[in-house]
Amino acid sequence: MEISRHWRLQQQRYGLVGEVCPHCDIKIFPPRDVCPNCAGEAKTLFQFSGRGEVYSYTTIYEPPEGFEGNAPYTVAIVKLEEGPMVTAQLTDVDNNRVSIGMPVEMVTRKLREDGKRGMLIYGYKFRPVWSHQSANQLAA
Amino acid sequence: MRKIAILGIGQTAIAEQWDKSLRVLAGEAVLAALADAGRDRADGLFVGNMLSGLLNRQENLAALVTDWVGLRGTEAVKVEAACGSGAAALRAGLMAVAAGEMDSAVVVGVEKMTDTAGAQTTAALATAADADWEAAQGLSFVAINALVMRRYMHEYGWQHADFAPFSINAHANALHNPYARLHDPITPQDYQRARMVADPINLLDASPIGDGAAALVLVPAEHVRRNGRPAVHVAGSAAATDSLAVHDRRDPLWLSAAYDSARKAYGQAGAGPGDIQIFELHDAFSIMAALSLEACGFAARGQGPRLGLDGEIGPGGRVPIATRGGLKARGHPVGATGVYQIVEIVQQLRGEAGATQVPGQPRLGMAQNIGGSGATILTHILKAN
Ligand SMILES: [Zn+2]
Repeated sequence: MEISRHWRLQQQRYGLVGEVCPHCDIKIFPPRDVCPNCAGEAKTLFQFSGRGEVYSYTTIYEPPEGFEGNAPYTVAIVKLEEGPMVTAQLTDVDNNRVSIGMPVEMVTRKLREDGKRGMLIYGYKFRPVWSHQSANQLAA
Repeated sequence: MRKIAILGIGQTAIAEQWDKSLRVLAGEAVLAALADAGRDRADGLFVGNMLSGLLNRQENLAALVTDWVGLRGTEAVKVEAACGSGAAALRAGLMAVAAGEMDSAVVVGVEKMTDTAGAQTTAALATAADADWEAAQGLSFVAINALVMRRYMHEYGWQHADFAPFSINAHANALHNPYARLHDPITPQDYQRARMVADPINLLDASPIGDGAAALVLVPAEHVRRNGRPAVHVAGSAAATDSLAVHDRRDPLWLSAAYDSARKAYGQAGAGPGDIQIFELHDAFSIMAALSLEACGFAARGQGPRLGLDGEIGPGGRVPIATRGGLKARGHPVGATGVYQIVEIVQQLRGEAGATQVPGQPRLGMAQNIGGSGATILTHILKAN
Protein backbone atom coordinates (compact mmCIF):
# COMPACT_ATOMS: atom_id res chain seq x y z
CA MET A 1 0.00 0.00 0.00
CA GLU A 2 1.26 3.41 -0.96
CA ILE A 3 2.35 5.86 1.76
CA SER A 4 0.93 8.95 0.06
CA ARG A 5 -2.41 7.23 -0.35
CA HIS A 6 -2.79 6.91 3.41
CA TRP A 7 -1.23 10.29 4.15
CA ARG A 8 -3.78 12.22 2.09
CA LEU A 9 -6.68 10.48 3.86
CA GLN A 10 -5.33 10.99 7.39
CA GLN A 11 -7.84 13.69 8.37
CA GLN A 12 -10.61 11.24 7.60
CA ARG A 13 -8.88 8.13 8.95
CA TYR A 14 -7.76 9.71 12.26
CA GLY A 15 -10.35 12.42 12.77
CA LEU A 16 -13.50 11.48 10.88
CA VAL A 17 -13.49 14.83 9.09
CA GLY A 18 -16.13 15.03 6.37
CA GLU A 19 -18.07 17.80 4.75
CA VAL A 20 -21.34 19.67 5.11
CA CYS A 21 -23.25 20.80 2.03
CA PRO A 22 -23.74 24.62 2.09
CA HIS A 23 -26.84 24.25 -0.12
CA CYS A 24 -28.91 21.52 1.56
CA ASP A 25 -27.02 21.14 4.88
CA ILE A 26 -26.61 17.35 4.50
CA LYS A 27 -23.54 15.92 6.25
CA ILE A 28 -21.14 13.99 4.02
CA PHE A 29 -18.64 11.26 4.89
CA PRO A 30 -16.28 10.43 3.35
CA PRO A 31 -15.80 13.82 1.66
CA ARG A 32 -16.65 13.85 -2.03
CA ASP A 33 -16.81 17.57 -2.93
CA VAL A 34 -20.05 17.10 -4.89
CA CYS A 35 -23.12 16.70 -2.68
CA PRO A 36 -24.75 13.26 -3.22
CA ASN A 37 -28.11 14.78 -2.26
CA CYS A 38 -28.36 17.99 -4.35
CA ALA A 39 -25.28 17.67 -6.64
CA GLY A 40 -24.10 21.12 -5.56
CA GLU A 41 -20.49 21.87 -4.65
CA ALA A 42 -19.81 20.85 -1.05
CA LYS A 43 -16.31 21.55 0.25
CA THR A 44 -17.02 22.91 3.74
CA LEU A 45 -15.25 20.69 6.28
CA PHE A 46 -17.31 19.12 9.03
CA GLN A 47 -16.12 17.31 12.13
CA PHE A 48 -18.22 14.25 12.92
CA SER A 49 -18.85 13.30 16.54
CA GLY A 50 -17.83 9.69 15.99
CA ARG A 51 -21.01 8.40 17.61
CA GLY A 52 -23.44 6.15 15.81
CA GLU A 53 -25.12 2.77 15.81
CA VAL A 54 -24.59 -0.56 14.07
CA TYR A 55 -26.68 -0.79 10.86
CA SER A 56 -25.32 -4.24 10.00
CA TYR A 57 -22.31 -6.42 10.86
CA THR A 58 -20.47 -9.60 9.95
CA THR A 59 -17.48 -11.56 11.20
CA ILE A 60 -14.79 -12.33 8.64
CA TYR A 61 -13.23 -15.81 8.79
CA GLU A 62 -11.47 -15.68 5.39
CA PRO A 63 -9.66 -12.32 5.30
CA PRO A 64 -8.10 -10.62 2.30
CA GLU A 65 -4.31 -10.36 1.93
CA GLY A 66 -2.83 -8.09 4.60
CA PHE A 67 -5.48 -8.83 7.25
CA GLU A 68 -4.70 -12.51 7.88
CA GLY A 69 -3.35 -11.77 11.37
CA ASN A 70 -6.62 -10.17 12.50
CA ALA A 71 -9.04 -13.00 11.65
CA PRO A 72 -11.66 -13.61 12.79
CA TYR A 73 -12.67 -9.95 13.06
CA THR A 74 -16.02 -8.17 12.99
CA VAL A 75 -16.84 -5.36 10.59
CA ALA A 76 -19.92 -3.18 10.47
CA ILE A 77 -21.75 -0.51 8.59
CA VAL A 78 -22.20 2.21 11.21
CA LYS A 79 -24.91 4.83 10.86
CA LEU A 80 -23.36 8.03 12.26
CA GLU A 81 -25.66 10.18 14.36
CA GLU A 82 -25.26 13.01 11.82
CA GLY A 83 -26.72 10.82 9.05
CA PRO A 84 -24.15 9.18 6.76
CA MET A 85 -23.04 5.56 7.04
CA VAL A 86 -19.46 4.33 7.23
CA THR A 87 -17.91 0.87 6.93
CA ALA A 88 -15.36 -0.06 9.58
CA GLN A 89 -14.02 -2.76 11.86
CA LEU A 90 -15.40 -3.09 15.35
CA THR A 91 -12.92 -3.33 18.22
CA ASP A 92 -12.92 -3.98 21.97
CA VAL A 93 -15.93 -6.22 21.48
CA ASP A 94 -16.85 -9.88 21.75
CA ASN A 95 -17.67 -11.01 18.18
CA ASN A 96 -20.69 -12.88 19.54
CA ARG A 97 -22.19 -9.88 21.34
CA VAL A 98 -22.69 -7.48 18.43
CA SER A 99 -26.24 -6.58 17.43
CA ILE A 100 -28.03 -4.30 14.99
CA GLY A 101 -28.79 -0.97 16.68
CA MET A 102 -25.92 -1.28 19.17
CA PRO A 103 -24.50 2.19 20.02
CA VAL A 104 -20.82 2.60 19.05
CA GLU A 105 -18.14 5.30 19.05
CA MET A 106 -15.08 5.89 16.92
CA VAL A 107 -11.56 5.16 18.14
CA THR A 108 -8.19 5.15 16.34
CA ARG A 109 -6.52 1.76 16.02
CA LYS A 110 -4.00 -0.07 13.87
CA LEU A 111 -5.78 -1.19 10.69
CA ARG A 112 -3.06 -3.36 9.22
CA GLU A 113 0.62 -3.96 8.91
CA ASP A 114 2.26 -3.81 5.51
CA GLY A 115 4.48 -6.84 5.98
CA LYS A 116 6.89 -6.11 3.13
CA ARG A 117 7.75 -2.58 4.25
CA GLY A 118 6.92 -2.82 7.94
CA MET A 119 4.54 0.13 7.65
CA LEU A 120 1.74 0.37 10.19
CA ILE A 121 -1.52 1.82 8.97
CA TYR A 122 -3.84 3.43 11.51
CA GLY A 123 -7.42 4.49 11.10
CA TYR A 124 -10.86 4.58 12.62
CA LYS A 125 -12.58 1.61 14.17
CA PHE A 126 -15.71 1.61 16.30
CA ARG A 127 -16.26 0.20 19.79
CA PRO A 128 -19.41 -0.35 21.81
CA VAL A 129 -20.64 2.45 24.05
CA TRP A 130 -21.57 0.76 27.31
CA SER A 131 -24.25 2.35 29.43
CA HIS A 132 -23.50 2.61 33.18
CA GLN A 133 -25.93 -0.16 33.84
CA SER A 134 -24.35 -2.65 31.43
CA ALA A 135 -20.88 -1.65 32.65
CA ASN A 136 -21.98 -2.47 36.22
CA GLN A 137 -23.37 -5.78 35.06
CA LEU A 138 -20.06 -6.60 33.41
CA ALA A 139 -18.18 -5.72 36.62
CA ALA A 140 -20.48 -7.96 38.62
CA MET B 1 -29.83 1.64 -34.91
CA ARG B 2 -29.78 -1.85 -36.42
CA LYS B 3 -31.32 -4.89 -34.72
CA ILE B 4 -28.68 -7.41 -33.63
CA ALA B 5 -28.71 -11.20 -33.71
CA ILE B 6 -26.50 -13.52 -31.68
CA LEU B 7 -25.31 -15.86 -34.40
CA GLY B 8 -22.84 -18.01 -32.49
CA ILE B 9 -22.03 -19.10 -28.93
CA GLY B 10 -19.03 -20.85 -27.39
CA GLN B 11 -17.83 -21.71 -23.90
CA THR B 12 -15.19 -23.63 -21.99
CA ALA B 13 -15.80 -25.65 -18.88
CA ILE B 14 -15.39 -23.66 -15.65
CA ALA B 15 -12.79 -25.40 -13.51
CA GLU B 16 -9.29 -25.16 -12.10
CA GLN B 17 -7.69 -25.41 -15.49
CA TRP B 18 -4.02 -25.58 -14.52
CA ASP B 19 -3.03 -26.64 -18.04
CA LYS B 20 -4.66 -23.64 -19.73
CA SER B 21 -3.56 -20.02 -19.74
CA LEU B 22 -5.67 -16.89 -20.07
CA ARG B 23 -5.16 -16.71 -23.84
CA VAL B 24 -5.81 -20.40 -24.39
CA LEU B 25 -9.12 -20.23 -22.51
CA ALA B 26 -10.25 -17.10 -24.40
CA GLY B 27 -9.16 -18.62 -27.69
CA GLU B 28 -11.14 -21.82 -27.18
CA ALA B 29 -14.35 -19.88 -26.53
CA VAL B 30 -13.83 -17.49 -29.45
CA LEU B 31 -13.11 -20.26 -31.95
CA ALA B 32 -16.10 -22.27 -30.71
CA ALA B 33 -18.40 -19.26 -31.14
CA LEU B 34 -17.07 -18.49 -34.62
CA ALA B 35 -17.54 -22.15 -35.63
CA ASP B 36 -21.09 -22.12 -34.25
CA ALA B 37 -21.77 -18.97 -36.29
CA GLY B 38 -20.23 -20.44 -39.43
CA ARG B 39 -17.76 -17.55 -39.66
CA ASP B 40 -13.99 -17.37 -39.64
CA ARG B 41 -13.50 -13.70 -38.88
CA ALA B 42 -15.15 -10.62 -37.38
CA ASP B 43 -14.76 -6.86 -37.71
CA GLY B 44 -14.06 -6.35 -34.03
CA LEU B 45 -13.36 -8.21 -30.79
CA PHE B 46 -14.51 -7.12 -27.32
CA VAL B 47 -12.99 -8.77 -24.26
CA GLY B 48 -14.74 -8.70 -20.90
CA ASN B 49 -12.28 -9.28 -18.06
CA MET B 50 -11.83 -8.00 -14.53
CA LEU B 51 -8.59 -9.28 -13.04
CA SER B 52 -5.96 -10.09 -15.68
CA GLY B 53 -3.77 -7.20 -14.52
CA LEU B 54 -3.84 -8.24 -10.87
CA LEU B 55 -3.91 -12.04 -11.13
CA ASN B 56 -2.13 -12.74 -14.42
CA ARG B 57 0.04 -9.61 -14.71
CA GLN B 58 -1.34 -9.17 -18.21
CA GLU B 59 -3.10 -6.15 -19.66
CA ASN B 60 -3.61 -5.21 -23.29
CA LEU B 61 -5.64 -8.38 -23.28
CA ALA B 62 -7.76 -7.63 -26.35
CA ALA B 63 -4.80 -7.50 -28.74
CA LEU B 64 -3.36 -10.65 -27.13
CA VAL B 65 -6.55 -12.66 -27.66
CA THR B 66 -7.15 -11.29 -31.15
CA ASP B 67 -3.68 -12.31 -32.27
CA TRP B 68 -3.99 -15.73 -30.58
CA VAL B 69 -7.16 -16.65 -32.50
CA GLY B 70 -5.65 -15.71 -35.84
CA LEU B 71 -7.33 -12.33 -36.22
CA ARG B 72 -4.19 -10.19 -35.94
CA GLY B 73 -4.94 -6.71 -37.24
CA THR B 74 -8.59 -6.69 -36.15
CA GLU B 75 -9.78 -3.85 -33.90
CA ALA B 76 -10.10 -5.02 -30.29
CA VAL B 77 -10.59 -3.58 -26.82
CA LYS B 78 -10.99 -4.84 -23.25
CA VAL B 79 -13.96 -3.68 -21.19
CA GLU B 80 -13.88 -3.72 -17.40
CA ALA B 81 -16.79 -3.36 -14.99
CA ALA B 82 -15.74 -5.75 -12.21
CA CYS B 83 -17.98 -8.87 -12.22
CA GLY B 84 -20.15 -7.07 -14.79
CA SER B 85 -17.30 -6.97 -17.34
CA GLY B 86 -18.80 -9.71 -19.52
CA ALA B 87 -22.11 -7.98 -20.13
CA ALA B 88 -20.33 -4.64 -20.43
CA ALA B 89 -18.22 -6.09 -23.26
CA LEU B 90 -21.41 -7.41 -24.88
CA ARG B 91 -22.99 -3.99 -24.67
CA ALA B 92 -19.91 -2.38 -26.24
CA GLY B 93 -20.06 -4.89 -29.09
CA LEU B 94 -23.79 -4.36 -29.53
CA MET B 95 -23.37 -0.60 -29.80
CA ALA B 96 -20.60 -0.96 -32.38
CA VAL B 97 -22.58 -3.30 -34.64
CA ALA B 98 -25.92 -1.53 -34.12
CA ALA B 99 -24.35 1.81 -35.04
CA GLY B 100 -22.93 0.36 -38.24
CA GLU B 101 -19.28 0.82 -37.21
CA MET B 102 -18.85 -2.93 -37.65
CA ASP B 103 -20.80 -5.64 -39.47
CA SER B 104 -19.78 -8.34 -37.00
CA ALA B 105 -18.22 -8.54 -33.57
CA VAL B 106 -16.92 -11.25 -31.27
CA VAL B 107 -17.52 -10.76 -27.56
CA VAL B 108 -15.51 -12.92 -25.19
CA GLY B 109 -15.51 -12.94 -21.40
CA VAL B 110 -12.50 -14.61 -19.81
CA GLU B 111 -11.04 -14.99 -16.34
CA LYS B 112 -8.06 -17.02 -15.09
CA MET B 113 -8.30 -17.11 -11.30
CA THR B 114 -6.61 -20.22 -9.94
CA ASP B 115 -2.91 -19.46 -10.47
CA THR B 116 -2.87 -17.34 -7.31
CA ALA B 117 -3.19 -18.01 -3.58
CA GLY B 118 -6.60 -17.64 -1.95
CA ALA B 119 -5.90 -14.48 0.06
CA GLN B 120 -4.45 -12.77 -3.01
CA THR B 121 -7.53 -13.64 -5.08
CA THR B 122 -9.77 -12.46 -2.21
CA ALA B 123 -7.92 -9.12 -2.12
CA ALA B 124 -8.17 -8.80 -5.92
CA LEU B 125 -11.93 -9.43 -5.84
CA ALA B 126 -12.26 -6.69 -3.21
CA THR B 127 -11.14 -4.17 -5.85
CA ALA B 128 -14.75 -4.28 -7.09
CA ALA B 129 -15.60 -2.40 -3.88
CA ASP B 130 -14.47 1.07 -2.78
CA ALA B 131 -10.73 0.69 -2.15
CA ASP B 132 -10.34 3.66 0.22
CA TRP B 133 -13.54 3.25 2.24
CA GLU B 134 -14.45 -0.45 2.19
CA ALA B 135 -11.46 -2.63 1.23
CA ALA B 136 -8.96 -0.54 3.26
CA GLN B 137 -10.96 -1.42 6.39
CA GLY B 138 -10.29 -5.12 5.80
CA LEU B 139 -13.55 -5.99 4.10
CA SER B 140 -13.64 -8.87 1.68
CA PHE B 141 -16.22 -8.82 -1.11
CA VAL B 142 -18.06 -11.62 0.70
CA ALA B 143 -18.20 -9.49 3.86
CA ILE B 144 -19.84 -6.61 2.01
CA ASN B 145 -22.58 -8.94 0.78
CA ALA B 146 -22.88 -10.40 4.28
CA LEU B 147 -23.59 -6.92 5.67
CA VAL B 148 -26.41 -6.56 3.16
CA MET B 149 -27.81 -10.05 3.87
CA ARG B 150 -27.76 -9.57 7.66
CA ARG B 151 -29.68 -6.29 7.44
CA TYR B 152 -32.12 -7.78 4.91
CA MET B 153 -32.89 -10.70 7.24
CA HIS B 154 -33.32 -8.24 10.12
CA GLU B 155 -35.69 -5.90 8.26
CA TYR B 156 -37.86 -8.51 6.55
CA GLY B 157 -37.75 -11.28 9.14
CA TRP B 158 -36.22 -14.06 7.03
CA GLN B 159 -34.20 -16.95 8.48
CA HIS B 160 -31.01 -18.19 6.84
CA ALA B 161 -32.75 -21.43 5.80
CA ASP B 162 -35.25 -19.42 3.72
CA PHE B 163 -32.49 -18.74 1.17
CA ALA B 164 -31.71 -22.45 0.69
CA PRO B 165 -33.90 -22.93 -2.43
CA PHE B 166 -31.67 -20.56 -4.44
CA SER B 167 -28.60 -22.72 -3.86
CA ILE B 168 -30.45 -26.06 -4.12
CA ASN B 169 -32.01 -25.08 -7.47
CA ALA B 170 -28.66 -23.87 -8.85
CA HIS B 171 -26.84 -27.07 -7.87
CA ALA B 172 -29.65 -29.27 -9.23
CA ASN B 173 -29.52 -27.52 -12.61
CA ALA B 174 -25.72 -27.48 -12.87
CA LEU B 175 -25.73 -31.28 -12.64
CA HIS B 176 -26.99 -31.30 -16.24
CA ASN B 177 -24.59 -28.65 -17.55
CA PRO B 178 -21.31 -30.24 -18.67
CA TYR B 179 -19.56 -26.84 -18.54
CA ALA B 180 -20.52 -26.17 -14.90
CA ARG B 181 -18.00 -25.84 -12.08
CA LEU B 182 -19.98 -28.02 -9.64
CA HIS B 183 -21.82 -31.26 -10.27
CA ASP B 184 -22.98 -32.10 -6.76
CA PRO B 185 -26.64 -31.68 -5.78
CA ILE B 186 -27.15 -30.35 -2.25
CA THR B 187 -29.84 -30.83 0.41
CA PRO B 188 -31.31 -28.30 2.85
CA GLN B 189 -29.16 -29.97 5.54
CA ASP B 190 -25.98 -29.45 3.50
CA TYR B 191 -26.94 -25.80 3.11
CA GLN B 192 -27.46 -25.28 6.83
CA ARG B 193 -24.26 -27.07 7.84
CA ALA B 194 -21.84 -25.46 5.37
CA ARG B 195 -18.70 -23.75 6.65
CA MET B 196 -19.17 -20.06 7.58
CA VAL B 197 -17.28 -17.52 5.46
CA ALA B 198 -18.69 -14.21 6.76
CA ASP B 199 -21.89 -14.77 8.68
CA PRO B 200 -24.67 -15.11 7.65
CA ILE B 201 -22.98 -16.08 4.34
CA ASN B 202 -21.66 -19.63 4.33
CA LEU B 203 -19.93 -21.60 1.62
CA LEU B 204 -23.25 -22.64 0.03
CA ASP B 205 -24.49 -19.04 -0.20
CA ALA B 206 -21.42 -18.05 -2.19
CA SER B 207 -20.54 -18.78 -5.81
CA PRO B 208 -17.28 -20.60 -6.58
CA ILE B 209 -14.63 -18.86 -8.67
CA GLY B 210 -12.90 -20.70 -11.50
CA ASP B 211 -11.11 -20.42 -14.82
CA GLY B 212 -13.31 -20.07 -17.86
CA ALA B 213 -14.26 -18.22 -21.02
CA ALA B 214 -17.45 -17.77 -23.03
CA ALA B 215 -17.98 -16.04 -26.37
CA LEU B 216 -20.65 -14.70 -28.71
CA VAL B 217 -20.76 -13.63 -32.36
CA LEU B 218 -22.92 -10.58 -33.07
CA VAL B 219 -24.21 -9.61 -36.52
CA PRO B 220 -27.00 -7.35 -37.80
CA ALA B 221 -30.26 -9.35 -37.71
CA GLU B 222 -30.85 -8.68 -41.43
CA HIS B 223 -27.63 -10.59 -42.26
CA VAL B 224 -28.84 -13.84 -40.70
CA ARG B 225 -29.79 -16.61 -43.12
CA ARG B 226 -32.35 -19.13 -41.93
CA ASN B 227 -30.65 -22.40 -41.03
CA GLY B 228 -33.36 -24.35 -39.27
CA ARG B 229 -32.72 -23.15 -35.73
CA PRO B 230 -34.40 -20.11 -34.15
CA ALA B 231 -32.57 -16.83 -34.68
CA VAL B 232 -31.90 -15.11 -31.36
CA HIS B 233 -32.23 -11.33 -31.39
CA VAL B 234 -31.22 -8.80 -28.76
CA ALA B 235 -34.51 -7.17 -27.79
CA GLY B 236 -33.20 -5.04 -24.93
CA SER B 237 -29.83 -3.87 -23.64
CA ALA B 238 -29.36 -1.36 -20.85
CA ALA B 239 -26.94 -0.47 -18.07
CA ALA B 240 -27.07 1.72 -14.98
CA THR B 241 -24.83 2.57 -12.05
CA ASP B 242 -24.98 3.20 -8.31
CA SER B 243 -22.37 4.09 -5.68
CA LEU B 244 -19.45 1.66 -5.34
CA ALA B 245 -19.72 1.56 -1.56
CA VAL B 246 -22.80 -0.04 -0.05
CA HIS B 247 -22.77 2.52 2.80
CA ASP B 248 -23.22 5.35 0.24
CA ARG B 249 -26.51 3.94 -1.14
CA ARG B 250 -29.77 5.68 -0.39
CA ASP B 251 -31.11 2.22 0.51
CA PRO B 252 -28.51 -0.58 0.79
CA LEU B 253 -31.29 -3.19 0.41
CA TRP B 254 -32.45 -1.99 -3.01
CA LEU B 255 -30.53 -2.52 -6.27
CA SER B 256 -31.45 0.75 -7.93
CA ALA B 257 -29.16 0.07 -10.91
CA ALA B 258 -30.97 -3.26 -11.44
CA TYR B 259 -34.30 -1.49 -11.36
CA ASP B 260 -33.14 1.26 -13.74
CA SER B 261 -31.49 -1.04 -16.28
CA ALA B 262 -34.33 -3.60 -16.21
CA ARG B 263 -36.98 -0.92 -16.68
CA LYS B 264 -35.09 0.43 -19.69
CA ALA B 265 -34.58 -3.03 -21.20
CA TYR B 266 -38.27 -3.92 -20.65
CA GLY B 267 -39.20 -0.72 -22.50
CA GLN B 268 -36.97 -1.57 -25.46
CA ALA B 269 -38.35 -5.12 -25.65
CA GLY B 270 -41.95 -4.03 -25.17
CA ALA B 271 -42.18 -6.56 -22.34
CA GLY B 272 -42.52 -6.77 -18.57
CA PRO B 273 -41.49 -9.25 -15.90
CA GLY B 274 -44.61 -11.32 -16.62
CA ASP B 275 -43.37 -11.98 -20.17
CA ILE B 276 -39.87 -13.17 -19.22
CA GLN B 277 -39.67 -16.99 -19.39
CA ILE B 278 -36.06 -17.46 -18.22
CA PHE B 279 -34.07 -15.16 -15.94
CA GLU B 280 -30.33 -15.73 -15.60
CA LEU B 281 -29.64 -13.50 -12.63
CA HIS B 282 -26.42 -12.64 -10.82
CA ASP B 283 -26.57 -15.02 -7.85
CA ALA B 284 -22.98 -14.41 -6.74
CA PHE B 285 -24.51 -14.70 -3.25
CA SER B 286 -27.99 -15.95 -2.42
CA ILE B 287 -28.94 -12.49 -1.12
CA MET B 288 -28.19 -11.04 -4.56
CA ALA B 289 -30.68 -13.45 -6.16
CA ALA B 290 -33.38 -12.14 -3.83
CA LEU B 291 -32.51 -8.49 -4.45
CA SER B 292 -32.42 -8.97 -8.26
CA LEU B 293 -35.82 -10.66 -8.29
CA GLU B 294 -37.25 -7.70 -6.35
CA ALA B 295 -35.60 -4.92 -8.37
CA CYS B 296 -36.66 -6.50 -11.67
CA GLY B 297 -40.30 -6.82 -10.66
CA PHE B 298 -40.56 -10.58 -10.11
CA ALA B 299 -41.13 -10.24 -6.36
CA ALA B 300 -42.36 -7.53 -4.03
CA ARG B 301 -39.83 -5.69 -1.89
CA GLY B 302 -38.44 -7.92 0.82
CA GLN B 303 -40.18 -10.98 -0.66
CA GLY B 304 -37.44 -12.37 -2.95
CA PRO B 305 -36.97 -15.63 -0.98
CA ARG B 306 -40.71 -16.38 -1.27
CA LEU B 307 -40.40 -17.43 -4.96
CA GLY B 308 -37.87 -20.10 -4.02
CA LEU B 309 -39.88 -21.34 -1.03
CA ASP B 310 -42.97 -21.59 -3.26
CA GLY B 311 -41.11 -23.73 -5.81
CA GLU B 312 -41.32 -21.13 -8.60
CA ILE B 313 -37.64 -20.88 -9.59
CA GLY B 314 -37.00 -24.31 -11.17
CA PRO B 315 -36.97 -24.88 -14.96
CA GLY B 316 -40.72 -25.67 -14.84
CA GLY B 317 -41.61 -22.85 -12.45
CA ARG B 318 -43.09 -19.41 -12.98
CA VAL B 319 -39.69 -17.63 -12.88
CA PRO B 320 -36.96 -20.11 -13.87
CA ILE B 321 -33.57 -18.82 -12.67
CA ALA B 322 -30.03 -20.21 -12.78
CA THR B 323 -31.28 -22.78 -15.30
CA ARG B 324 -27.75 -23.96 -16.16
CA GLY B 325 -26.48 -23.63 -12.60
CA GLY B 326 -26.18 -19.88 -12.19
CA LEU B 327 -23.15 -18.26 -10.63
CA LYS B 328 -23.71 -20.49 -7.60
CA ALA B 329 -23.02 -23.80 -9.37
CA ARG B 330 -22.15 -23.15 -13.01
CA GLY B 331 -19.45 -21.03 -11.39
CA HIS B 332 -18.34 -17.41 -11.38
CA PRO B 333 -15.20 -16.69 -13.40
CA VAL B 334 -15.90 -13.05 -12.67
CA GLY B 335 -15.25 -11.16 -15.93
CA ALA B 336 -16.60 -14.05 -18.01
CA THR B 337 -19.85 -14.59 -16.12
CA GLY B 338 -21.96 -12.07 -18.03
CA VAL B 339 -21.16 -13.81 -21.30
CA TYR B 340 -21.92 -17.27 -19.88
CA GLN B 341 -25.36 -15.97 -18.90
CA ILE B 342 -26.05 -14.90 -22.50
CA VAL B 343 -24.75 -18.20 -23.90
CA GLU B 344 -27.20 -20.01 -21.61
CA ILE B 345 -30.18 -17.87 -22.60
CA VAL B 346 -29.35 -18.58 -26.25
CA GLN B 347 -29.25 -22.32 -25.45
CA GLN B 348 -32.69 -22.04 -23.85
CA LEU B 349 -34.19 -20.05 -26.75
CA ARG B 350 -32.77 -22.51 -29.30
CA GLY B 351 -34.12 -25.46 -27.31
CA GLU B 352 -30.59 -26.75 -26.63
CA ALA B 353 -30.69 -26.76 -22.82
CA GLY B 354 -31.14 -30.52 -22.39
CA ALA B 355 -32.47 -31.73 -19.04
CA THR B 356 -32.95 -28.17 -17.74
CA GLN B 357 -34.72 -26.91 -20.86
CA VAL B 358 -37.53 -24.55 -19.91
CA PRO B 359 -40.64 -26.19 -21.43
CA GLY B 360 -42.94 -24.72 -24.09
CA GLN B 361 -40.40 -23.22 -26.52
CA PRO B 362 -39.63 -20.04 -24.55
CA ARG B 363 -39.32 -16.88 -26.64
CA LEU B 364 -38.10 -14.28 -24.14
CA GLY B 365 -35.16 -14.60 -21.76
CA MET B 366 -33.39 -12.06 -19.60
CA ALA B 367 -29.87 -11.90 -18.18
CA GLN B 368 -28.62 -9.56 -15.51
CA ASN B 369 -24.94 -9.09 -14.71
CA ILE B 370 -23.73 -7.13 -11.69
CA GLY B 371 -20.37 -5.42 -11.18
CA GLY B 372 -19.52 -4.95 -7.51
CA SER B 373 -22.22 -5.25 -4.90
CA GLY B 374 -24.66 -3.37 -7.17
CA ALA B 375 -22.57 -0.51 -8.61
CA THR B 376 -22.75 -1.47 -12.31
CA ILE B 377 -25.74 -3.48 -13.47
CA LEU B 378 -26.46 -4.55 -17.03
CA THR B 379 -29.70 -6.12 -18.21
CA HIS B 380 -30.17 -7.87 -21.56
CA ILE B 381 -33.36 -9.34 -23.02
CA LEU B 382 -33.09 -11.88 -25.82
CA LYS B 383 -35.89 -12.98 -28.10
CA ALA B 384 -36.27 -16.09 -30.29
CA ASN B 385 -37.55 -15.31 -33.77
ZN1 LIG C 1 -26.50 19.32 -0.96
